[in-house]
Amino acid sequence: MTAPDATPTPEDRQDDDASAPADQDVAPRHAEAAPERGHAWRTLRRALSPRLSTSRVVAALLCALLGFALVVQVQQTQTESLSSLRQSELVRILDEVTQRGGDLENEVRTLREQRDELQSGTADDAAALEVAVERAERQGILSGRLPAVGPGVTVRITEGDTRLRATALLTVLEELRNAGAEVIELNGVRLVASSYLIETSEGIVVDGQIVSPPFLWAAIGDPSALGPALEIPGGAMSTIRTGGGMGRIDAVDELEINAVREPAPLRYAEPATGTDSA
Amino acid sequence: MIAVLGLVVGALVGLFFEPAVPAGLQPYLPIAVVAALDALFGGLRALLDGTFNDRVFIVSFLSNVVVAALIVFLGDQLGVGTQLSTGVVVVLGIRIFSNAAAIRRHLFKA
Repeated sequence: MTAPDATPTPEDRQDDDASAPADQDVAPRHAEAAPERGHAWRTLRRALSPRLSTSRVVAALLCALLGFALVVQVQQTQTESLSSLRQSELVRILDEVTQRGGDLENEVRTLREQRDELQSGTADDAAALEVAVERAERQGILSGRLPAVGPGVTVRITEGDTRLRATALLTVLEELRNAGAEVIELNGVRLVASSYLIETSEGIVVDGQIVSPPFLWAAIGDPSALGPALEIPGGAMSTIRTGGGMGRIDAVDELEINAVREPAPLRYAEPATGTDSA
Repeated sequence: MIAVLGLVVGALVGLFFEPAVPAGLQPYLPIAVVAALDALFGGLRALLDGTFNDRVFIVSFLSNVVVAALIVFLGDQLGVGTQLSTGVVVVLGIRIFSNAAAIRRHLFKA
């Protein structure tokens, strides 16, 4: 574009200077590069003026290649870092990853075992808890601690002219028990294994409480067994009638007995070791 | 001047096309780029020193790139690829630094 520069730059003079090292970083070999003020900038500005010559074009091409390669390499590093690594580095990374994988697998196995242990432990505990709750309920009902509901009979016994003896009531109680009554109540008193009926001057006493006629019994059990059991000839009801009283038995589908009692603490007896009866 | 233009044009082409580097070339490209940068800085310094020569620049550029790639390739074959590549990068870095220092002294007298 412009005429070749006529100023005496030493560029063309050194065309065949084969002793100039290829990297060009040796000290200047002539005195014209004296560091006058601004000389370097002038050189730079002069070099920037566009001159067309083969070598310039080739240099430009090389710079283009450099720019291209630079940008491409930067992009490469940003996108895929693994594929640009050397084989030995990749092997090292593979070793590390394999090692880590092995460690993690061990950890997984240990944790799985722990989890299984905990789960089965929990399941066992839950089963044991269920059994314990069931047992507590059953024994609560039997011992009179819990209210109960179920099919059964109610018996209403009224006195006649003569007072009924306690033995008559006791017979009713025994008959009910024999017939399989599981929960028995008399006039609001829950009758259990340790219950007693005695006759006193004030009347009939059940478990320390006076009961007076009419005597209302409630018993949970099989109605078809309890009713007939009481009516056995010579049995409980006939004893009542002989004593001047009257009785009436009703079968009930859903009988609720709410009377409860607290079991008295045992003072002498203890569970024998080795027994585990429900 | 057109060298600078060439640099810019090359960079733009690379940005625009976003080519993928072939796998065989991948370990050598960074070293080649650093070696070419070293040659570029050397050329700049020679320019400011007044010893710039187009032919010398071109030859040094190409030989730097080829020799650096060869050294790294040889290192890979011998099994010391990582170390040799590190060594090459260190040396090229030192030279770039010294060339840059010389350029700085020329331009800023400091």
